[in-house]
Order: sequence, then structure tokens, then C-alpha cells
Amino acid sequence: MSTTTLHKAATRGHAGHGWLDSWHTFSFAGYYEPERIQFGMLRVLNDDTVAGGRGFGSHPHENMEIISIPLEGSLVHEDNLGHKKVVSAGEIQVMSTGTGVFHSEYNESPDQPVKFLQIWVFPNKLNVTPRYEQIKLSDSKEHNTLQQIVSPAPGENSEHEYREHKHPVEKQGTWIYQDAWFNLGTFDTGREFEYDLRKQGNGVYLFVIEGAFLYDGKRLEARDGLGVTDTAALRLKAAEPGSKILIMEVPMKTKLQS
Amino acid sequence: MTKTATLDILVVGREKAILEVVERLINSHEGWKATIVTTEDDAVAAFRRQRFPIVLVCAGLSVQEEETLRQRLVTQDPASVVIRHYGGGSGLLENEILGILDQRRKNGK
Repeated sequence: MSTTTLHKAATRGHAGHGWLDSWHTFSFAGYYEPERIQFGMLRVLNDDTVAGGRGFGSHPHENMEIISIPLEGSLVHEDNLGHKKVVSAGEIQVMSTGTGVFHSEYNESPDQPVKFLQIWVFPNKLNVTPRYEQIKLSDSKEHNTLQQIVSPAPGENSEHEYREHKHPVEKQGTWIYQDAWFNLGTFDTGREFEYDLRKQGNGVYLFVIEGAFLYDGKRLEARDGLGVTDTAALRLKAAEPGSKILIMEVPMKTKLQS
Repeated sequence: MTKTATLDILVVGREKAILEVVERLINSHEGWKATIVTTEDDAVAAFRRQRFPIVLVCAGLSVQEEETLRQRLVTQDPASVVIRHYGGGSGLLENEILGILDQRRKNGK
């Protein structure tokens, strides 16, 4: 029988710094809630709005898989690996920070806010060479179906293990150093769909970006999160027009490699 | 007004530039004081000079190196907590330290 943990949007941690408005699903920075540290290997889910012309100056990261999903507007990213990129709504940015990266991220617009999700996943491999990747999503693929945006590092996992779980090895989207799969989808009211877990023992964290979804008798509103464990599949139904969801499948525990 | 005791935190990692950021962030917190080292031998030497209730292990050290260091340090001070620091100073640093302090409170230490 599956186990669920519901995090309503309004119960998230909040940091208002004027130029930055950030909602933390899990404990982060000055928000510390012992009951909300992480969901398996998913450690950070921040829902950020940065004012026009503002952003984060150069700062380091290490040994963390960082996925940024702009929802509105564009971010300018610059790092000490030589990347200077603009990542916009409809794109996904991934950094495997490994042995260490310094980067800055700013709102590209001088006067309009940029809204984005920033997600941190613990890696399954420490001290990797830092890497940066950015991908563009397909609008058509995302409508009334799930579009895979993140999967495990190529060659890092056992094909047999996934096939045993009745799944082809899918390598759409970008990848991270973890046995994790992320999917995004926008659905019309009343559309039902199923998500089959890729790996036995993993859990799934659902995050409603817009609209509302029904799962197992529960109604999930915008920015609500629901963690589900001990299940092999989930069935969801969109409850409002243009309902958008991010489905994050992550290991509940992991064995670290160096 | 009562002055609270300083919490000394030893930070071990290979990337000096990142360690310096971690040091600055820890020291900016009232009552917390960081010492940074880049080798296990320097960590053990620092441990001989003073007590560190918390040790953060940063990037560059393997799982095995972390475990070996933990054994060397805990031999000197069994009450010291050695944990892996993730993220490079931003976001999780304060949370990790608060987590250890919370656990110590629950354990009555």
C-alpha cells in the first residue's frame, strides 16, 4: 500500500528579500523544519521570483545536481567553466556541480520579474567533473502527455533493471548523476493519465505548477506537493484547464560512489 | 546580557576558494566560528589544538577518505559529529548545522 506526504503550498517556508521572493518546499537557508528536510534524494524545491535587473552574484556549489526550470522570463547564467547562457521559459538547465562550480544567475529583463523552480538532487556519485547542459522543451510533446526532461546519466545504470520493470530505457531530455526521472506535462480538464515508476523502490514527488490535479481522492492545487512511496504507478486527473505538473521520481535512499 | 559559547566548526575540503566562502558564511552567523583545512593531516592537527563539535566534509574527499578521516577524528573526540556538506556553502550550510544542533538537543547533549 502506498504512503503519501502532502505539503500544501501555503505551508512552505518563505523568504522575502525584496528583490527575491522564494518559497521553499523543503528546509533551505534560514527556513529549517526538521519534518521537511527532503524527500528521498530530492533535497531542494524552491519556487523563486527575482525582480527585474536583479539576481544572485557569483557563488559556489559542489556535489549537487541542480535543475532550473524557468516558468516566466529568462535567467542569465555565467560560470567559471566558461558558460555564459540565457535560459528561458520552455527550457531546462542542469548543472552537475561535482568538485565545484562558481556561477551567477541574473534576471535578463531590467524591469519584468523572472519566475523559476530550482531543484537540487543529491548525486549518486561524488566529486564528478562539473558539467552544464541546457535543453529546449517541445511544446507539442508536453500537451496532454508527459515529457521526460531528466533521466539518469548514460551508462550509469543497469538496462536490465529497468526492462525488468517493463520499461524501455528512455533517454529523452537531459541527465543527472542520480537514478531520477523528471517529467512535465500540461493537461486539459478531465484528462487522466498514468505514471509508471522506472525503478523499483523509488518514490515520486508531484508538484503542481498550475491548475489542479486529483490523485487518490486528494485535490492538489497550484504549488502543492505530494510525495508518494511504496507504489509502482500513479493515476492522475487534471481538474482545471491548462493544469501543469512536474513529476519527480527519485531514489528514497542511495549508495554513494566516489 | 549573557554571551553564548562559540560553536567551533572544522571544514575540510580540497577547493580553497569554496572553503573560503563556507568560512565566511559560517563566521557571519553569530556564535559560529569556522576553521578551514585542505588535508586530513591538517584536520587532525587542528583537532589536537582545540575541540570541534562539528566537522563538515566538502568536495574533493572520496567516501573512503571521509570515513578514514571520521575514524581518526572520532578517536580523539567521540562526541564530535562528522558529516558530508553538500552544495558548496549556499542554501544547505545553515540547515546542516541546525540539523546537528537539533539532533544534539534531542539527544540531551
